[in-house]
Amino acid sequence: MFRGLCLMRGFGISVFLAVYLFAVSGSNAGIFNPESFTLKNGLKVVVIENHRMPVVRQMLFYKVGSADDPSGKSGLAHYLEHLMFKGTRTMAPNEFSKVVARNGGRDNAYTSNDTTAYYQTVAKDRLELVMKMEADRMANLVFDAKEVVPELQVVIEERRSRTDNRPGSQLDEHMAAALYMNHPYRIPIIGWNHELSKLTMKDAIGFYRRHYAPNNAILIITGDVTMATVRPLVDKYYGPIPANPKIIRRVRLAEPPQRAARRVSFESRRVREPQWSREYLAPSRANGKSSHADALEILDVILGSGATSRLYRALVLEQKLALGVGSYYDADMLGPTAFGISARPASGVSLETLEAAIETEIDKLLTHGVSKDELAKAIKRSLAGAVFARDSLRRGASAIGTALTTGQTIESVETWPAKMKAVTTKQILDAARHVFQKSRSVTGLLLPKVRKSSAKSSNKKSSVWDKPVRVFGGNQ
Amino acid sequence: MAMLSMKRASLSLIMGVLLVSGCLVLGAIKDAQAMGIKQVTSKKGINGWLIRDSMVPIFTLHFAFRGGAALDPVGREGVSEMVSGLLDEGAGPYSSSDFQARLENNSISMRFSAGRDNFSGSLKSLAENRNMAASLLSLALTQPHFDAAPVARIRAQLLSSARRRAVRPSSTARRSFRKLVFGNHPYGRSASGTVESLKKITKQDMAGFVKNRFARDNLVVGAVGNITEDEFARIIDRIFGALPARSTPFSISEAKIKGAGNVVVVDRDIPQSVVVFGHSGIKRNDPDYYAALVMNYALGGGGLTSRLATEIREKRGLAYSVYSRIATYDHGGLFLGRVSTKNDRVAKSIALIRSEWTRMAKSGLGAQELEDSKRYLTGAFFTRLNSSSRIAGLLVGIQLEKFGRDYLAKRNRMIEQVSIKDITRVAKRLMKPSDLTFVIVGRPKGITPKP
Repeated sequence: MFRGLCLMRGFGISVFLAVYLFAVSGSNAGIFNPESFTLKNGLKVVVIENHRMPVVRQMLFYKVGSADDPSGKSGLAHYLEHLMFKGTRTMAPNEFSKVVARNGGRDNAYTSNDTTAYYQTVAKDRLELVMKMEADRMANLVFDAKEVVPELQVVIEERRSRTDNRPGSQLDEHMAAALYMNHPYRIPIIGWNHELSKLTMKDAIGFYRRHYAPNNAILIITGDVTMATVRPLVDKYYGPIPANPKIIRRVRLAEPPQRAARRVSFESRRVREPQWSREYLAPSRANGKSSHADALEILDVILGSGATSRLYRALVLEQKLALGVGSYYDADMLGPTAFGISARPASGVSLETLEAAIETEIDKLLTHGVSKDELAKAIKRSLAGAVFARDSLRRGASAIGTALTTGQTIESVETWPAKMKAVTTKQILDAARHVFQKSRSVTGLLLPKVRKSSAKSSNKKSSVWDKPVRVFGGNQ
Repeated sequence: MAMLSMKRASLSLIMGVLLVSGCLVLGAIKDAQAMGIKQVTSKKGINGWLIRDSMVPIFTLHFAFRGGAALDPVGREGVSEMVSGLLDEGAGPYSSSDFQARLENNSISMRFSAGRDNFSGSLKSLAENRNMAASLLSLALTQPHFDAAPVARIRAQLLSSARRRAVRPSSTARRSFRKLVFGNHPYGRSASGTVESLKKITKQDMAGFVKNRFARDNLVVGAVGNITEDEFARIIDRIFGALPARSTPFSISEAKIKGAGNVVVVDRDIPQSVVVFGHSGIKRNDPDYYAALVMNYALGGGGLTSRLATEIREKRGLAYSVYSRIATYDHGGLFLGRVSTKNDRVAKSIALIRSEWTRMAKSGLGAQELEDSKRYLTGAFFTRLNSSSRIAGLLVGIQLEKFGRDYLAKRNRMIEQVSIKDITRVAKRLMKPSDLTFVIVGRPKGITPKP
């Protein structure tokens, strides 16, 4: 979930823009010119040429993510992603990564709500090697307790790093669980600790057999290659893997009507700077009133992307109530997505004051809509984003892989610029009215917990926290 | 809503600086080594490196001035950081919001970054807007306003950021380690500023930094785009031509690494301790640099396949992320690493780090490990060069180190030439298990601090 963690112009802009470009344009730049075909076993293959360097990237996307974890087994999709590096009938544990590295390449993987993806970047003459290995672990993964058991501890440490050590992430978990009353997006990708820590090898084997098959995957090859060079290799290595006839279209629990605004608040001694955020349940390209998705992407640019956005101008520049503010919206989700707004208050400004000012801006939007000039600028920025997206090897593969695993088509990616151009001010107003209903939202407050003894002086507080304290612990 | 959950800590963290990697053995990438770097000298005498590329109609330029945050006055840490936040907040005829509107409405991305040894920046625009982009960058560098309102706003943002850093375990660990090993040396001070120092910084401080540092004799430039060498020369002068010819000379003493053997606990009520460890290292121009690079890859630089990852993560599940790296600065070097482990298992992770340090010092690398390291370091470097920004950044990095345009091929050979003997010698010289300093942020069990 793209949380607006880097909201502030000046120092956070680079990350902020990266997120913006990926969310808005990278996901659908429309200029990648991919070619594709489907193997008899159902594997969909996409080739995107990019001849700048003699390098190729293989990305294999499975249409399965954390939202497909069985009930009570949260974290399973992500745990299996880790186990995919633990060897096959012909490869030793971690040999996959070793072979990639020793051939001068890099590899990694990720799990999202809807997708699990594995990728390697290698010199183009090593494509066959990585393709052979990736195809191998689609069908021949080996589960060995010696590997599987410590890896669960690794994932639990990962959870500690990502979530348990970070108050902001802890609040995010509560916000997701409140925004989604029934849909599995309410459950964290990495899993709840009490469920994660009980996952077994049997769980992982079952999940692998149920979801990992060519007819549930998208293979993307991008770089200094052509369809003519890629196709024979795909036939050779992925062709023989049998389809799994039991794979069915994903069906997930749906959201009931939402009628009550929700509010979660988290105070922690580990928080210094308060933060306000709100998420509204919103349609994605595959769920709900998906006809609003294009307009919502443009609205996200107008409302909260960058220093010229409405929210930044109003709250940071004019009213000086916020240090930073931004919005986010990711249309490329299989289920119901969120339109989010996040802000940090200026010194001495309460979250309530900040909230009221943001709601005033939303009310203005709902009453008057956006201007033609704002729309024209946002479209122009989005189209430029699509051009920049072609510059990197990663963007095209990620955009198309994400689209194809979230209920969309290659065409919907390729026609993205045209769709942006066609958005009207009326569509934006309609989409805003559809989405900005408080009864379908959650508001999250992240607050410092002030120590009573030092509550009076903020300087004192900071000296307590800033200086390393040498403690003398025994052998406990 | 794709909060991506990565299988491992991002490689960019592990590999750090652009220059820590090598070139290429693989046939396919021989072409890439040549890469067609053109050197251009502008009418004003500024050199720039260019790679012509017509794949996408965009123009990307990176640059750096020598001298960075290490030159911030004592007590005024964060001057260069504030400059980096304010150059595009009003310059020449444009107010802050006019300037921002010009950038955003034309999809021009302009970034500045204050490093310890350099102040760097980048510009990216559609090809059709490159002259406008160049003019705006020129204004930002030569006529920044530092108006009161944007200064107050950016200062408030940086203060907020500094307060958040103060309670973030990883930042706390890094900062405490740095203070301990560098002491009063400029590298021991905060580059981004502290709550106290940021409040004191004045417009004069910032204007002084700009005046002293931004000059033609102090500058390196690299660009990627579909333009001729003449056009590039003109762009260089359009951006940098109005800068003064000479920067103010400066000197920074060589850093002496302190705190050898210390174990420091910074108490925080968190379930997982963040541990930064290390001792003195080497500089980039050290003849042993490449051997150290190869050795470190096998020790803790290589993602999941390194010795540290194998012992701590793969065999025992003690951590999600563990790595070591060689950090080089113009005036010193560190050999350091990081691991995050549940409080009651920190002692175990530390024991394993010590024993891997000792093992490397005693017996160096095996033949297979050496070969694997070299093949990774010579190959993976090129797979990273997959966008204009990466390539332009590399062009600047090479020039900052004062290497030539043949660097890519040369580097490859240097790594290839590293022998088992070199590793053994360098391991003896660099790996000092008893010097290891540990800074632990959390509530670790079974740790006895050693001041």
